[in-house]
Amino acid sequence: MKNKSILKNDAFQSVAAALICIAAGIFVGYLVLLMINPKGAAEAIMDIIRNFANYPRTTAKVKYLGNTLVKTAPLLMCALSVNFCYKTGLFNIGAAGQYVVGAAASLYGALAWHMPWYVCVLMAMAAGMVWGSFVGILKAYRNVNEVISGIMLNWIALYLTNMLLNTVSESGTPYTTQVKSVNTAALIPGLGLQELFVNRYVTIAIPLSVVIAVIVWVVLSKTKFGFELCATGYNRHAAKYSGMSEKRNVILSTMIGGALAAVGASFLYLSGYEQWQTTQSAVPAMGFNGIAATFLGGLNPIGTIFSSYFIQHITSGGAYLDTNIYPLQIADLITAIIIYLCAFILFFKQLLDRRNASKGGKN
Amino acid sequence: MVLLIQYTLIFAAVLTLVALGGCFSEHSGVINLGLEGVMVMGALGGALTLKYLGGNPAPVVVIAVLLVSALSGLVYTVLLGVACINLKADQTLVGTALNILAAAAASIIARTINTAENPDNMSTIIKYTDGRKAFIANFESFEFSWSMLVAVIALVIAYVVLYRTKYGVHLRACGENPQAADSVGINVIKNRWAGVLISGVLGGIGGVVYIMAGVSEWKFELGVAGFGFLALAVMIFGSWKPVNIGLAALLFGFFRALSNVYSGFDWLADLNIPGTVYNMFPYLISLLVLAFTSKNSAAPKAEGIPYDKGQR
Repeated sequence: MKNKSILKNDAFQSVAAALICIAAGIFVGYLVLLMINPKGAAEAIMDIIRNFANYPRTTAKVKYLGNTLVKTAPLLMCALSVNFCYKTGLFNIGAAGQYVVGAAASLYGALAWHMPWYVCVLMAMAAGMVWGSFVGILKAYRNVNEVISGIMLNWIALYLTNMLLNTVSESGTPYTTQVKSVNTAALIPGLGLQELFVNRYVTIAIPLSVVIAVIVWVVLSKTKFGFELCATGYNRHAAKYSGMSEKRNVILSTMIGGALAAVGASFLYLSGYEQWQTTQSAVPAMGFNGIAATFLGGLNPIGTIFSSYFIQHITSGGAYLDTNIYPLQIADLITAIIIYLCAFILFFKQLLDRRNASKGGKN
Repeated sequence: MVLLIQYTLIFAAVLTLVALGGCFSEHSGVINLGLEGVMVMGALGGALTLKYLGGNPAPVVVIAVLLVSALSGLVYTVLLGVACINLKADQTLVGTALNILAAAAASIIARTINTAENPDNMSTIIKYTDGRKAFIANFESFEFSWSMLVAVIALVIAYVVLYRTKYGVHLRACGENPQAADSVGINVIKNRWAGVLISGVLGGIGGVVYIMAGVSEWKFELGVAGFGFLALAVMIFGSWKPVNIGLAALLFGFFRALSNVYSGFDWLADLNIPGTVYNMFPYLISLLVLAFTSKNSAAPKAEGIPYDKGQR
């Protein structure tokens, strides 16, 4: 009896499904490593899983844990963006482009206008809302598939951003000027976190992103607004019939999704951890990894906190591979397989529910 | 000018092939958002064939490359079919996963082959200078590629199959109203598999044609830069009909070609517009076109919905 009630529990199902996906993803990664070079494969997969724990000294471990966290914050924000839109029935693959315009707005604010960090974050937010609204407006009024418009907007965002940030790049290099050398006020403060992690990139952006995740959870599951969004996602026509403005809800959710992803970019670029390369010819993977984190987190903002950390842990861990033997893309491969398997989660959940339901009926 | 026409035709050929692939899949009721990934896998299979068989007589090379890239695409779409048709998974999510997976897998395979040949070579670039020549016939300054002909043949066959055969009617019925199709004895699952696998074949060939369009080597880390999605935009603009798709592909091909050759036109170069703007064009145009053509969509009614026998 007890066993059955655990199986029925939704949270337990989600966690179990996520763990199965992770295990399967890592196993396939291991098989690929085995095929490339069987000798070091076991060691290599352990290097990826250990990530910062590859360092023997505690201070180094803490420092590199910090680096992983610095990149977890923007990933979590992208995942929340995808999550938020998915509740309204929208697949926000445009999070990648919203992330890109966020990087453009925050870096331009910091480097060209010399704004303090909170203004730069707000600028990113505004840019993300505008960029996200395009997807929503096209969907609501012109019936354009959000995945295709999202992809097109991703590329347009990339080229526009490259052009804009080229005006604030270091002379002679394709990289934007370092924020700390021009405008230290634009760096997000650490409030003691930098000393704690012995890492000057660790800022309040990290706890802030977790707080935002909790807020998103509250909005989606405890407020009328969130309920309306979810209702629109379940059945647009029913929502409209019950007096909800389904067009407004679609546009609002893409605007909020856009803001979340864009703020994520400002969290990374205003920590000074990375400079934008104005010659890059591919949309950054952050937005796409956000999709992985969302589904791995069982479409729950709280679960997403953990899944984002895990995806980033694996991605950062990939850097510890011996690149003389193994290609760097193994980590991407593991992530991709996890997303592919996540598509089955819903199927298995339904199967489990149906089995439980039919058993219950017999009793 | 000749160069502009040449690039327009070759990019139109790619878009036609891939969009027709999407067309078959969607008419059967499955949205193949993984076409981008299918193209990458087809490109990889084709590039490797070009690399290893490059020295052979031209007809052998052309046929082998087309077969291998079609097969690579076909095998890769099996992943989509299993997930979306048999396991009824979310088609958008599966497509996205396949796109990311293809980029990673192709880079890994390309690099592993490079490193095996030369331990110092850690790039994901595959060169096929000799092999590419097999596809080309020069008429004065115009480079005719056999792939243009392949696209035209595919277009004709697609039109005939979809609108002039019993099989085409069955396929389209599965995308419009699968329950009704099932009730008159059409096997929905089988037809959807056929649609998806055909999209794999056409997408795979489109992939190899794309990477051969203007260059003799390809860096597989880059994937195919959203071309699979441009093809889907072409398909929507062409309202899921082969002939319209061909025309839409010419328009999009033209804008894509501009970014390759704009510097060759004095008056365009004089405008001093940065190259980035031209790169942006195809995506911008497709967004505008979608905004004006999606409203009264001619999309198959049941696309994207997994087939459930019990549903009414």
